[in-house]
Amino acid sequence: MKSYWWKVLAILLLAYTVFAGLLFEVPRLPILNESIRALYFHVTMWFGMVVMLVVAVVYSVKYLRSGELKHDDMAIEFTNAAILFGVLGIVTGMLWAKFTWGEYWSGDPKQNGSAIALLMYFAYLILRNSLTDVHQRAKIGAVYNILAFAVYIPLIFVLPRLTDSLHPGNGGNPGFNAYDMDSTLRMVFYPAIIGWTLLGVWISTIRVRFRRLERKYEDQLINQI
Amino acid sequence: MVLINKELTLEWRQKYALNGILLYVVSAVFITYLSVGARQGTLTVPTWNALYWIIILFSAVNAVAKSFVQEHQGRQLYYYMIASPEAIIVSKIIYNTLLTLVLALLGYAVFSLILGNPVQDQGMFMLNLILGAIGFSACLTMVSGIASKAGNNGTLMAILSFPVIIPILLMAISISKNAIDGLDRGVSIDKLFTLLAINSIVGAVSYILFPYLWKS
Repeated sequence: MKSYWWKVLAILLLAYTVFAGLLFEVPRLPILNESIRALYFHVTMWFGMVVMLVVAVVYSVKYLRSGELKHDDMAIEFTNAAILFGVLGIVTGMLWAKFTWGEYWSGDPKQNGSAIALLMYFAYLILRNSLTDVHQRAKIGAVYNILAFAVYIPLIFVLPRLTDSLHPGNGGNPGFNAYDMDSTLRMVFYPAIIGWTLLGVWISTIRVRFRRLERKYEDQLINQI
Repeated sequence: MVLINKELTLEWRQKYALNGILLYVVSAVFITYLSVGARQGTLTVPTWNALYWIIILFSAVNAVAKSFVQEHQGRQLYYYMIASPEAIIVSKIIYNTLLTLVLALLGYAVFSLILGNPVQDQGMFMLNLILGAIGFSACLTMVSGIASKAGNNGTLMAILSFPVIIPILLMAISISKNAIDGLDRGVSIDKLFTLLAINSIVGAVSYILFPYLWKS
């Protein structure tokens, strides 16, 4: 119970998110109407993605400092989960945009920025797969991961704020807090962020353990011969 | 300093590569000129701007891609022994900045010649070119270092560098748009600072990370 309490917490929070997110009262706003419930499923994805990318970068730095493969496992798997969240975030965002802005893709700076970010991380996966030596793969992957993250931050947090955007909080549009982040939304939104992030961590840790077992098994096979 | 000198000498010795990349710019501009079928001055400003930067981007990728290829393994080992990785990356970035700047200026000259020159604020445009060249070369030098470790194929270089370079490219394009329209310089100053900030982030990251890459 001690070590997996957070998994239980994740399940509870996500059950609460789905239940409360679909059934609770939400503020009536023009254009958004009921679609504001997507807030719990779309915006939270990006929070989860950023948290996991930070974790991945921290482990990349740790790998470069120590050269131990266990840190690299964490870095790659957290990036994988972050990419999954990013894809889900962009898909949910497109669906939401279809119903509120009228188009799946409206050339919004944040949409473009996140698409570029995904391209960057897909490139990371291809780069890793193009290298065969495990240590070299880990080292070069870590270097590129840190470089990508350094570009990701201005791309997502700085550039969209300089231009007009359809997203709230950019280019003259008021932020969420200004007009509609009332207490009922917050009551679901914050737990939803935590819940989704925990789910991401859960996915990554399972895959990290799988990866380590695989390596152990391979080592055994090699040692037998 | 010696290393920059070395890069210059090396380039001078392999004049065909330099001439090749210069010819690349000229032919690329000419191809766009023929394909858009535009006579002087009929091209709208946003199109002019976009075409110009795309050509500069592609030529810069091509030019910088070879910065780690043209030296063989043995000579790299030699540098490894005599110079610190920081010195190497800084010298390569400075050299590539110069190269990109030359390409950009040549592209600008050819563009003005055959597609017309709509730029109203020359000073701003030049300043933006310099900053853009620094950003491009910092980013591309690092990426070409990474790609050279991974067997150095062109695809890898392109897919790794394009997404990373887009923030720099976007800022440079919007500043150059302002400069072409001759808007008041106060409008672009914020963007210039952002470009400078992104440049320094990328530069600093390359400076810190390159030693790890170099050692392998």
